[in-house]
Amino acid sequence: MTAEPLLEVENLRVTFGAVCAVDGVSFAVAAGPFGLGLVGESGSGKTSIARAVVRLVDADGGRVRFEGADVLALRGRALRRFRQAAQIVFQDTDGTLDPRMRVGPALAEAVTAHRKLDRARVSERVDLLLDEVGLETRHRRRFPHQLSGGQRQRVAIARALAVEPRLLVLDEPTSALDVTVQARVLDLVARLRDERALAYLLISHNLAVVERLCERTVVLYRGRVVEAGPTEVLLLRPAHPYTQALRAAVPELENARRPPRIGAAAVERSGEPAACPYYGRCPLAVELCRDDAPPLREVAGRHVACHRAEDALAGEAAVRPAGAGG
Amino acid sequence: MKLALRELRIAFGGRVVVDIDAFGVDEQEIVGLVGESGSGKSMTALAVLGLAGAAGASLSGSITLDGRELVGLDERQLRDVRGRRIAAIFQSPLSSFSPVFRVGDVFVRALRLHGVPRGEATARAEHALREVLLEPDLLRRYPHQLSGGQAQRIAIALAVALRSEVLLADEPTSALDVTVQAEIIELLRMLRERERMSVLFISHDLAVVAQLCDRVAVMRAGRIVESGATRDVLRQPAEAYTRELLAAVPRIGAGRAA
Repeated sequence: MTAEPLLEVENLRVTFGAVCAVDGVSFAVAAGPFGLGLVGESGSGKTSIARAVVRLVDADGGRVRFEGADVLALRGRALRRFRQAAQIVFQDTDGTLDPRMRVGPALAEAVTAHRKLDRARVSERVDLLLDEVGLETRHRRRFPHQLSGGQRQRVAIARALAVEPRLLVLDEPTSALDVTVQARVLDLVARLRDERALAYLLISHNLAVVERLCERTVVLYRGRVVEAGPTEVLLLRPAHPYTQALRAAVPELENARRPPRIGAAAVERSGEPAACPYYGRCPLAVELCRDDAPPLREVAGRHVACHRAEDALAGEAAVRPAGAGG
Repeated sequence: MKLALRELRIAFGGRVVVDIDAFGVDEQEIVGLVGESGSGKSMTALAVLGLAGAAGASLSGSITLDGRELVGLDERQLRDVRGRRIAAIFQSPLSSFSPVFRVGDVFVRALRLHGVPRGEATARAEHALREVLLEPDLLRRYPHQLSGGQAQRIAIALAVALRSEVLLADEPTSALDVTVQAEIIELLRMLRERERMSVLFISHDLAVVAQLCDRVAVMRAGRIVESGATRDVLRQPAEAYTRELLAAVPRIGAGRAA
């Protein structure tokens, strides 16, 4: 990443009362076409990060810069302009699509929010958007409840695209969908990325989804970055025990590899909160992990926050299934 | 066959939503029923639970448990089968629990309903929680105080406590994180051995089915289009539709989309 990044997040903190959801997270998104994956389980802070980045929740610390501007300080018109440039798509389209509004007017509204156009031009744009996301003119007349889950997600994406964003934040856009529908929506994201030179932040709990669409991946655990780097590096040889557990949990068709045994996954050390957030579940944890927070450091081509990353790497044979092409 | 369906047809008005010639689950077997939304897989599960009528459908054909016909039983006779001999878990585990009762109360009520004396009910509930690798303390919690993974395990524990013989699992891991999903899969496999349970596992995800099921049936538009040993179906799918489902599974090592 030699050019100025499109989005730069530095030491971001988000708290809800006494709960610290995001605790000092940093990453950057290059100008498109570029995808960054944010991966972690429920409670890892990935959704809070997404919402803080587009100013839907307030950050309690840190910096977010978009095209050089300080996002957290934006007010009024500048904030509205930013919100058009950075669009968010949610897992659940119910929050995005007004149930009483047909698809056509909903998209037209988004188009005119961006640019003042005459009716004929707006209508033209709406058709183009529908076509772009693989829907047809006839879908203009439908209400959201008359569409399938996959079609609703396409409309939500079309609505986000209507304002010509430079950054899309995709918050688990396919988790609620069947695998076949999920595959088609992911194909759509891949195509838009190239056609529109889109940059996006893709949030998921599935590493396989991130692999297809993201150059770089950030793995989060309880609000902190535990591993970050090029996606291939993280998937081929994960260095953090948590990334290894996530990688092993992806169900695969090949070999029908058995998932890790519960005994191993449920180490669960109780007691005082430890310095390393993964201490309680980590099979490699030692005393040092309880007392000293592991800093994010460079190991074998990625950044990892683990005192025992070298040992974790040594214990992890290359995990790419045999015969799978690059 | 532990559970056998024969010539099962379910219709809403004139629209047939399930049309199955033959399908079943053997003793201690885990069978996957795979298909997309609307393929009829959940409707099949409701029929096995004797709830198709309540959903407004008309049903013909046969559903047997250990050779005993379930179709046509009255509500009182069904109650002995549903929830006890055949238990069910769903995508959202909290739907199995009332939010106003502690988890332990739900267990005791269910056990009492099926004739377990009060004195024994608590002990059975605690034992069931240990069987699904949870602390019995969780019985004192309210459902909203549980994580998604804990709630699903507790729903499974209820089946263990009732000594259910068949577990219908309708997308039980679709709403869970991959790590928790892996644990639930392992748990189901363990219960098959320890509790001698038969499992009908309903899913849209062939990768999950590949990990868990001995046999798989692929369902489309109400019909079973392909079935067989999981390994065979996945290695050499005969139907184009099965190949489509297989191609949709996100896999690691497939590289980035061009």
